[in-house]
Amino acid sequence: MTLYVVLEGIIAFFLVAGGVFAFIGSLGLAHLRDFYMRLHGTTKATTLGIGCMLTASMLYFWVIEGKPDIQEVLITLFLFITAPVSAHLLAKTGLHLQLRHIDKTGGSPPELRAEEIGKRPIPHRDHGHG
Amino acid sequence: MLDIALKISLALMILALLLNVYRLTVGPDLPDRLLALDTMYVNSIALIVLMGLWLNTKTYFESALLIALLGFISTVAVCKYLLRGDIIE
Repeated sequence: MTLYVVLEGIIAFFLVAGGVFAFIGSLGLAHLRDFYMRLHGTTKATTLGIGCMLTASMLYFWVIEGKPDIQEVLITLFLFITAPVSAHLLAKTGLHLQLRHIDKTGGSPPELRAEEIGKRPIPHRDHGHG
Repeated sequence: MLDIALKISLALMILALLLNVYRLTVGPDLPDRLLALDTMYVNSIALIVLMGLWLNTKTYFESALLIALLGFISTVAVCKYLLRGDIIE
């Protein structure tokens, strides 16, 4: 009896945590000012939220039916693999289209700084080709 | 307890989807709208999972898996189109 109450509490915690994380991610998507900041907010928080929610569903059906099921684990694994890939492609698209951004975001391709390459370019070593 | 948690979670997911629709309509550039669509399919998977918990059935999880697959592929396809001007080169 007590075990089921504890399990119900765990499932309820995972459900509410998933909802809160997904809501925070979408709030960041609606609220932040810059494409790259929006990407940052929604990619991490929403993925974590859906992971919590699928964990809650897996625990619930495990308790109800008495045996674990692979289906939710499959959805979670697939989302956790594909979310960074799509975020990377979206960031590349934003860089390619040269979207407007605030100065602190730094949404431009990384370049070598002046102190990394010295005052003048280092010449290639002569291997004696003539 | 589970009933209340389910209702809170449903309300939060619906609010999240409304915020995504706001960004989808307002979004100044094309990648913003694409990002809003990408977030919307993830949130719709959460909504399907919540429906499965509410109706106490596991029938709809296959559709959740299908949405995850096709959403990722469509995001990649539109990104490739915006990047290269062509999907399959």
